[in-house]
Amino acid sequence: MPPSPLLQVRDLTTEFRTERGTVRAVNGVSFDVFPGETLAIVGESGSGKSVTALSVLRLIPTPPGRIAGGEVLFDGQNLLNLTEHQMQRVRGNSIAMIFQEPMSSLNPSLPIGMQIAEPLNVHHNTPWAKAIDAAKTLLSRVRVPDAARRVDAWPHQFSGGMRQRAMIAMALANAPRLLIADEPTTALDVTVQAQILDLLKEVTRETGSSLILITHDLGVVARYADRVAVMYGGRLVESGTATDIYERPSHPYTIGLMASVPRLDSAAGSRLTAIDGQPPDLAALPPGCAFAPRCRNVHARCGEAVPVLREVAPNHLSACFLHDT
Amino acid sequence: MRAYAIRRLLALIPTLLFASLIVFITVRLIPGDVIDLMLSQNDISADKKSRAQLEAALGLDTPVHWQYLRWVGAILFEGSLGRSLWQNTPVTELIAQRMPITFELGFLALLVALCVALPVGIWAAIRQDTMGDYLGRSFSILMLAVPSFWMGTLVMVFPSIWWGWSPDIQFVAFHVDPLRNLGQMMPPAIILGCALSAVTMRMTRTMMLEVLRQDYVRTAWAKGLNERLVVIRHALRNALIPVVTLIGLQAPILIGGAVIMEQIFVIPGTGLMLLDAVSQRDYPIVTGVFLIVGVAVQLINLIVDLSYGFLDPKVRYR
Repeated sequence: MPPSPLLQVRDLTTEFRTERGTVRAVNGVSFDVFPGETLAIVGESGSGKSVTALSVLRLIPTPPGRIAGGEVLFDGQNLLNLTEHQMQRVRGNSIAMIFQEPMSSLNPSLPIGMQIAEPLNVHHNTPWAKAIDAAKTLLSRVRVPDAARRVDAWPHQFSGGMRQRAMIAMALANAPRLLIADEPTTALDVTVQAQILDLLKEVTRETGSSLILITHDLGVVARYADRVAVMYGGRLVESGTATDIYERPSHPYTIGLMASVPRLDSAAGSRLTAIDGQPPDLAALPPGCAFAPRCRNVHARCGEAVPVLREVAPNHLSACFLHDT
Repeated sequence: MRAYAIRRLLALIPTLLFASLIVFITVRLIPGDVIDLMLSQNDISADKKSRAQLEAALGLDTPVHWQYLRWVGAILFEGSLGRSLWQNTPVTELIAQRMPITFELGFLALLVALCVALPVGIWAAIRQDTMGDYLGRSFSILMLAVPSFWMGTLVMVFPSIWWGWSPDIQFVAFHVDPLRNLGQMMPPAIILGCALSAVTMRMTRTMMLEVLRQDYVRTAWAKGLNERLVVIRHALRNALIPVVTLIGLQAPILIGGAVIMEQIFVIPGTGLMLLDAVSQRDYPIVTGVFLIVGVAVQLINLIVDLSYGFLDPKVRYR
């Protein structure tokens, strides 16, 4: 019998009020995260992957944003029903988050060590002196050299990679059971990206915590994810194991994505193919499948109804009418 | 930081020399000089001879640049700002009596301004576009629009008409009776402070709104901090730098306002003395007061600049 999921997201819908009307950034998204696994959420800019992550922790700026419906079951408890105060006890404690921009995600006017120690102090009333000691250990665990001295440093004295390590240390402070990393390496140098991801993978393996890795980098997905969820236009269009997605992509969008990445096993001299057209405008989504205007296999039904996710193979879901035949 | 402070203090000297020169000359340019006033008051027939005698007695017979050099020399070598032309008392003594009263008024006004501006500004920012935000902003616009001399006059006039109450005319020093002193000082301090708080409150609100949208504030929320900690520990400090700058810039306005308030509320501070001295053309008092005010404004600016070091770790003084 498979273990029960740590996080179950059901029909999550998040809306933003804009000048052009209400925009559904996340539209009926459902997925599971099992203990100890790494789930990658993949999609292009505006596909709703970051908003999904922020919605899980209820960090959507309200207004203009609003979680319009669905369930976020963490350990069986619906986070959307908690009071703000109860939610504060979850954030940074059992679920922690790492953000995209290490340069601006640390407070410029507080020492690094204090920022790392803060979750301990806030959630467990750890006295500051002890919490700062713990911060030293955390910093050396994320391989910041000379950690004992660096706890007193200021963010502006750290490089981008070092700051992201500090962010990871901060997220690890309370040994969270779920770590959400929102494009943790996008703002970093290529050489540093792999180090940070290796580190993330390593610390989650050590603690047995689950990881939601949000990215648009398919290379990252192949190397680090156990399972993959592909988002397009605010909806989940395909999900499966990393092997499924790479070896047997099923949704035309995923197939297009895979064809646009260079592979070592492709024939010499073959060209990369791009997906035609522009990412969808969420304020003016076409009726039916959001990908239809760019799809090579489009037919009449695609413009009429939204395809639902269906199982194309065991645990491999895809939302496309092609699978109906 | 100490080297920086010392350098800034040294830089005070040329600034003050230049400023005092301007004051020294302009007070002498006011039409109708002190000799005319004295002669007409004492009803001595204003012949050339008595004029010359009086000028010589007051030390006004030499050219202006000589007078200025003598004045600077007396400051440097005797620590003296000269004597009042009318009362013949040393100016330093007069200022020592009056200045603490003005500083008390200014300090109280600043305290009122901060106690109003910071909480209201923060509240208006974290509850943006709510009733409280609108009320706070309306209050600030109102205080900005109402001239403080008019407000001061109202506070003097209406309570006495309605309730037969008016502030004490007999001034009581703080060390004599703190409560009565504060009773006299608070009405003008509140009026001045509210006027001062308007701009500061708006700046606090604007800066807080900007800082609350920063990524590191989202990080603070993601750590599970409550609103109080997010606002006070993570946002406020970063929002405060422009606010502190603004407060420093308002220091001269505060001193100017204190002069007017002292006049309305009959508080025997430097402002009242200065107004009298100007109308009597008592040059040493005017120049002396302006010199001290100049020093005070410069020191406030120095304190403001040094406070950046505490607010922003990136600031290093060299």
